[in-house]
Amino acid sequence: MMTDRATTFASVKTLIEPFNAKGVELTENTTFAGDLEWDSLTVMDFVASIEDEFDIVITMNQQAEIETVGQLVDAVQELK
Amino acid sequence: MNATTSQAIEPETEAPQAPDLFAKFAPLVKERDNLLAAGVRDPFAIVMDEVKSPTEAVIEGKDTILLGTYNYMGMTFDPDVIAAGKDALDKFGSGTTGSRVLNGTYQGHKACEEALEEFYDMDHAMVFSTGYQANLGIVSTLAGKGDYVILDADSHASIYDGCFLGNADIVRFRHNNVENLEKRLAKLPPEAGKLVVLEGVYSMLGDIAPLDQMVPIAKKYGAMVLVDEAHSMGFFGENGRGVAEAQGVIDQVDFIIGTFSKSVGTVGGFCVSNHPQTDFLRLVCRPYTFTASLPPSVVATATTSIRKLMYAGNKRAHLWENSKRLHQGLRDLGFKLATDEPESAILAVLLPDQEKAVLMWQALLEQGLYVNMARPPATPVGVYLLRCSLCAEHTSEQVEQILGMFEAAGKATGAI
Repeated sequence: MMTDRATTFASVKTLIEPFNAKGVELTENTTFAGDLEWDSLTVMDFVASIEDEFDIVITMNQQAEIETVGQLVDAVQELK
Repeated sequence: MNATTSQAIEPETEAPQAPDLFAKFAPLVKERDNLLAAGVRDPFAIVMDEVKSPTEAVIEGKDTILLGTYNYMGMTFDPDVIAAGKDALDKFGSGTTGSRVLNGTYQGHKACEEALEEFYDMDHAMVFSTGYQANLGIVSTLAGKGDYVILDADSHASIYDGCFLGNADIVRFRHNNVENLEKRLAKLPPEAGKLVVLEGVYSMLGDIAPLDQMVPIAKKYGAMVLVDEAHSMGFFGENGRGVAEAQGVIDQVDFIIGTFSKSVGTVGGFCVSNHPQTDFLRLVCRPYTFTASLPPSVVATATTSIRKLMYAGNKRAHLWENSKRLHQGLRDLGFKLATDEPESAILAVLLPDQEKAVLMWQALLEQGLYVNMARPPATPVGVYLLRCSLCAEHTSEQVEQILGMFEAAGKATGAI
């Protein structure tokens, strides 16, 4: 059985896919700006989908601290 | 010592380690160079050599119809407005050389604020040096540490910059999405201060906000509401107060932000409010305090224009006719527009990519028509558009001419 964090990680990966045009492999350490090459507008759309999926609010201030997929999963775990 | 030298002083460092600070722009520079290498003109470097009227200019020797100026009510050449400006220039000089809170408030600045109070039927008005500074100042000052700013994802840069200048927590909701706004508000601590920031008309797509639904929801969660009516002042609502008036919720709005650089026809920004302590903001709002006030001629033109806009019902009606005719005409030609119906005086023609947008933009310019080209990040992801903003001074004949130019340019570039 997957742990709660693993479930969240899997959901986050699913939500990243529509924005992962280059098919970058997604690990804990994958970075949004560097590896996925997302610009600020893509980040905005993606964060909205995360907020809707988990019914949480991630402020722009919190977003600024999140660089990797793993950090995002941790933030979601904490906020939900 | 008090020596000066005519010899250049060479820096003592060896080979520099630090990068050129411009290096970060390299990808953008490359994109721009590639675009211009294709032989198109730079859409962001147009020079108007002569301006003949609110709707006509000369660009590189060619008579050009202006369809991208936000000069919605065509006040820039109004004889009363110009006379007021000249008179103030003669009587009060070319500039104030000072802050509003020191030597930069003249009788004309107070008269302008009184005109705004009457125009909006509100108790207080504060005039800023630009609309950008009005948003920057009010958003950053009102919402402090521990407070929340809740804003539409497609908000104007000046609203975002106001957030970045302040210390509040920033929460975004999906563009014009009522349900999403409520969802975000419901998640915030009930005891925290909240400022919901909305715009009447969103200037990129020309769509309007459902303020009649959003403002009551913001109030339900105890938030103060700020509405930016930059692109709606002058022609929405019975008195031209904006979308909040047109939709019947202006009484629930705490702060209206506006600009003089669109319908009013000059430059400057303002905030109007019924909050009894509005005037106190003058002392704590940095973009208000730490900059020079508007020149006397500018506030005099603004005052005259604002007072005339109170009684501009016929102009409002003609502007709407223009917007409807152009919207229908462009659709009939086969162009794709951002809104199904004309919602404002802005019509956005959507094009599939940057190259097609620039080619179409250039073909229109060659026909003698100026529109704005816009691309991300000013627009949402993947949206390239030609933004047309109509003027109440465009004649019906000009609108037909404009449609003819779109047809020719569209066929020449394969856009239709």
